[in-house]
Amino acid sequence: MNGLLVAPIIVPFAAAALALLGRRRPLFQHVSALTVAAIHLVAGGWLLYQVHHQGIAVLHVGGWPAPFGIALVADHLSALMVLITGVVYGAVVVYSRAEISADDIRRGYYPLLHILVGGISGAFLTGDLFNLYVWFEVMLMASFALLVLGRTRAQIKGGVTYVVINLFATLLFLTGLGMVYGMTGTLNMAHLHLKLRAVADPGQVAAVSVLFLTAFGIKSGLFPLFFWLPASYHTPPVAVSAIFSGLLTKVGVYALIRTFTLIFPFGSSGLQELVLAAAALTMITGVLGAAAQSDIRRILSFHIISQVGYMVLGLGLFTPLALAGAVFYLLHHIVVKANLFLISGLIRQRGGSFALKRIGGMYARGLLALLFFIPAFSLAGFPPLSGFWAKMILIRSSLDSGQFVLAGVAAAVGLLTVYSMTKIWNEAFWKPMPTTETAIVQNRVSVWMTAPVVALVLLTVCIGFWPEPFVQLARTAAEELLDPMAYVYTVVGEMR
Amino acid sequence: MQRTESIIFARLTALLPLAIFAGLCSRVPAAVGGGAIFFSWDWIPGIGVNLDVAVDGLSVLFGLIITGTGVFVVLFSADYMAGHRYYVRFFAFLHLFLLSMIGLVLADNLITLFVFWELTTVLSYLLIGFDNKNESARSHARQALLVTGAGGLVLLIGFLMIGGIVDTYRISALAEQARLLQRQTNYLFILAMVLIGAFTKSAQFPFHFWLPNAMAAPTPISAFLHSATMVKAGIYLLARFHPVLGGTEAWMGTLVGVGGVTALLGAILAVGQSDLKRMLAYTTIMALGILVMFLGGKTTPALTAAVTFLLVHSLYKSALFLVVGIIDHETGTRQIESIGGLIRSMPMTTFGAATAAMSMAGFPLFLGFIGKEIMYAGALTEEMFPAFATTAAVLSNALMAAIAGIIAIRPFLGPPRQTPRAPHEAPIGMWLGPATIGALGLVFGIFPDWVGRWLIQPAVSAFHPTVEPVQLKLFHGFNEPLLLSFLTMGLGLGLYLVRRSIRGWLADRMARLPVTGDRLYEMGMAATARTAAGLTRFIQNGSLHRYLLTIIGVFTLATAGIWALNATTRPGLLHLPSLPLAQWLLVTLMAAALGVVVVARSRVLAVCALGVIGSGAALIFLVYGAPDLALTQLLVETLTLIIVAIVLLRLPSLDKTAGLHSPGRWFDALVAVGVGTLVAALTLAVTGGPLDRQLTDFFEQNSAIAAHGRNIVNVILVDFRSLDTLGELVVVATAGLAGFSLLARRRR
Repeated sequence: MNGLLVAPIIVPFAAAALALLGRRRPLFQHVSALTVAAIHLVAGGWLLYQVHHQGIAVLHVGGWPAPFGIALVADHLSALMVLITGVVYGAVVVYSRAEISADDIRRGYYPLLHILVGGISGAFLTGDLFNLYVWFEVMLMASFALLVLGRTRAQIKGGVTYVVINLFATLLFLTGLGMVYGMTGTLNMAHLHLKLRAVADPGQVAAVSVLFLTAFGIKSGLFPLFFWLPASYHTPPVAVSAIFSGLLTKVGVYALIRTFTLIFPFGSSGLQELVLAAAALTMITGVLGAAAQSDIRRILSFHIISQVGYMVLGLGLFTPLALAGAVFYLLHHIVVKANLFLISGLIRQRGGSFALKRIGGMYARGLLALLFFIPAFSLAGFPPLSGFWAKMILIRSSLDSGQFVLAGVAAAVGLLTVYSMTKIWNEAFWKPMPTTETAIVQNRVSVWMTAPVVALVLLTVCIGFWPEPFVQLARTAAEELLDPMAYVYTVVGEMR
Repeated sequence: MQRTESIIFARLTALLPLAIFAGLCSRVPAAVGGGAIFFSWDWIPGIGVNLDVAVDGLSVLFGLIITGTGVFVVLFSADYMAGHRYYVRFFAFLHLFLLSMIGLVLADNLITLFVFWELTTVLSYLLIGFDNKNESARSHARQALLVTGAGGLVLLIGFLMIGGIVDTYRISALAEQARLLQRQTNYLFILAMVLIGAFTKSAQFPFHFWLPNAMAAPTPISAFLHSATMVKAGIYLLARFHPVLGGTEAWMGTLVGVGGVTALLGAILAVGQSDLKRMLAYTTIMALGILVMFLGGKTTPALTAAVTFLLVHSLYKSALFLVVGIIDHETGTRQIESIGGLIRSMPMTTFGAATAAMSMAGFPLFLGFIGKEIMYAGALTEEMFPAFATTAAVLSNALMAAIAGIIAIRPFLGPPRQTPRAPHEAPIGMWLGPATIGALGLVFGIFPDWVGRWLIQPAVSAFHPTVEPVQLKLFHGFNEPLLLSFLTMGLGLGLYLVRRSIRGWLADRMARLPVTGDRLYEMGMAATARTAAGLTRFIQNGSLHRYLLTIIGVFTLATAGIWALNATTRPGLLHLPSLPLAQWLLVTLMAAALGVVVVARSRVLAVCALGVIGSGAALIFLVYGAPDLALTQLLVETLTLIIVAIVLLRLPSLDKTAGLHSPGRWFDALVAVGVGTLVAALTLAVTGGPLDRQLTDFFEQNSAIAAHGRNIVNVILVDFRSLDTLGELVVVATAGLAGFSLLARRRR
């Protein structure tokens, strides 16, 4: 049954082809997208079930055994990420029904969305470093196309910054690949785990690992490499910025976690310190960047950066609890952040703008207020919502590792997140609508847009009130990451 | 009609706190016996967080205060908030708060307690800002949230450190680990974390400023959250941690010092107010200071004083707040100088105000008197700074007596005054609370030994196990505390008589204070905003050139640094490879073309030179026996050249960009040469060894036999690594789609 591993990649691609055929039929596109998102979600769930009960699953594509062919591998981390991708995919597809303009649909919104998700799933599932590079390219191309779909000046400007910096990351990744291949003659991650240990000069291995650190650091929005993110995330349609914010940087974080546990486990001196310092500075600059904004989507974009810092902190601490915290943070963050972007769209519908000084009075909309309040305070780390457990696990791991400064930074950044979230609440919800504004306010918000938000809010509440299963999954994922021998053995077997 | 129905329904919700109250009452006999009952349900065993519940004397006392005042606050609010737009929301928040507060005092797990702790903070935010159209309500709500939220995060760090040391979050398991914790080198740090958490919540100096500002909340909320319950959470925490972290000099010194200063400050500031509600807020700060000060002690009288005063204060203060709410509601003002003679129109309210104020002032027969006596006894036995504690207690109590006079005499006696609304008695739901609670202060005062035995002593013994029974009595005989009581009354009377001149003088002084907590908070907020804006403008300045320069520069430094740190052998000078002359020429040609790219002032020339480099690369592939690669490279190169050249025709010329004389360009060059050198050196280093041919051998052997293809590269592309090819095809297709959507004409 391991053939199912390829489904989360192939099914969206097939859907993209199908959607291209029915390019002029929005309804067909939407229905097919809903179907495919549902299949993706089910496949992800089934994958996690399999991995949890039967252990790590591997598919040797084309029947060529690793390391000669390409292996798709699902361990707990991969399966969780694929599943959560399906959740966001589904929510965004439903939301798109009401949010995406007919013009954007004609220009290929749905096919691009499917390709993006196919690429993301591929990145989570592949066990081959070069194949990961291919999925990164797929994601980059699809996301760039989605970013500039509306062809507004702001989109093009943001898109250029986005694509140029990301191409540099791609270049570094490719260079690193070449060097790794030159050192070991292999590209399979599990095989690299074995081969890189045998390389004589640890200095070279450490130096090459920095290429990957930088490439994935750019992708995940680490300090000081994140410039592309705030430049672009506030420009596309809300559904697009939601899937970007939920998943794109997290693929980078995933790649960092995978690379620095399986391929280059922190053995070299200085690397771990570098990662920890980057994590702390990412948290701080991200949250301060958010504090300086007064547009909802810009505030949310900068918070992506600060929260990536938390996840990378978990990686940098490199203890079982810390890595579990990073995984838990990923799950919580993807749901909450994508949802907050979706909600920003609801707010815009009601208030006519994303700019805080031009909107207000949303408190009268009880449901909308509740739908914003829960993910916002979860993001700010208030218990008993999901963000609190994520933050708590990471602060505890920092303290256990004797990293008091990092624990303090994590706490202080939490406070500044409260600062930003209450800024939105005070301005958009409590403050009366500015009388000078004659906004085009729509009184009916489509149920297509509200329903996915409600579903994601319920998921957040569920993770918050009943975190035990998520904690257990994250802990298992962390154990697999810190002791990769099971992974290596499953993929390359006796091959040495 | 609908309005009456909703009021009735709102009143009925008072059954919830009433039911909990009854349930807690049934625990009182067991608590008197010193017994505690424990429950535990698994919640998140994976990280040691469970729904552990402990019911002992302390939690029962707090729970009774919470639910008891809760019942009356709910009844009061049903009328007070009638007709409000968000009536339902108000009661939802209120009851959620009440349940969180109960959870807080019943939790036996540090993290579970913290969950409830933060819930009360959030609900307090929502309730302070309940009057959401009012700008000051909004900003004061946020201030309270940020100050108590910051304290909460500090507290969390303390809790997590404790959890790391004793390996459990069970609160009831901590006391036996007290010696372990107090011997830690981190003890002072942990203590500071826990104390800061408690001090912010309980409005201790220098964090006290948020509490008066929180008076922007509707009055029943001020009565409930910001005097009777939430601000006591810090007190509860200090009591709970007394056997764990307490008893040391650091604990005693800090608590007595901070508590005493807070008490005096609160009392002085209270006298300076003319708004009844703010005046009460400052007396709350004073009371909280007293409580902290007595929790600093470790003798039974000191701790008994704390618990007794906790009860005394909760009773009279919630009654007085509700009275002020009635006055505000029925007359339309809370300015002390504009109200008078209310006794005629509002007899029941006056009764509540009078009884509560007399308890506050410490008149004999009232519970406040008992509280004061035991307070002085406690202060005199304090281990650290007994003189300071006694002085602070006497002065604060004197000021409190004066304020009790101001609140209870001034508005009710004397001639009636013109008020915005003609005063009349409030509905029963509103006066019932103050009247009952006020009367309770009298009843408890007449039967103090009953209160002591059933409520106070079990609570004290819950966190102070070495019990030497202290009895609360109506009359303890002629002793030092009684003398101090007389002194207090005298001082209080004197202060009451000169209140007007003091108020003016104080208001003047306060306006001239150079530093206040409030202003520090404002400065902190402004500094945060400024720093954030400045930093972000600097980092995210919009220049793609700067972004790339930063990224490349950081990459170069990080890679070089990590390489140098881990290198086992020094990379020697590069060995010039022995190449045939033709290849040297090729390399030289490419280097020269590179030079042209850099210095060219014309875009077309630069692009052509780039083409030379690309073609050179193709030739290199050819030389090393990869004709298919060379072909691909040439094709790509040609296409790129054509496309770029077309695009360039539309761009402005390079003449206006900075030339070689600009220092910025030289810095760019430095970074570029740096990264180039680094990558070249690294490439040479890592490819120095022989290539591992495990994969290559496999491909060579299996290409024809197993994959049925003679061209190995083709077989790799379409068979061995077909998934890569699929992905690349998708990339190409996507690029086409993207190009199409970018260039396609907009329809309609």
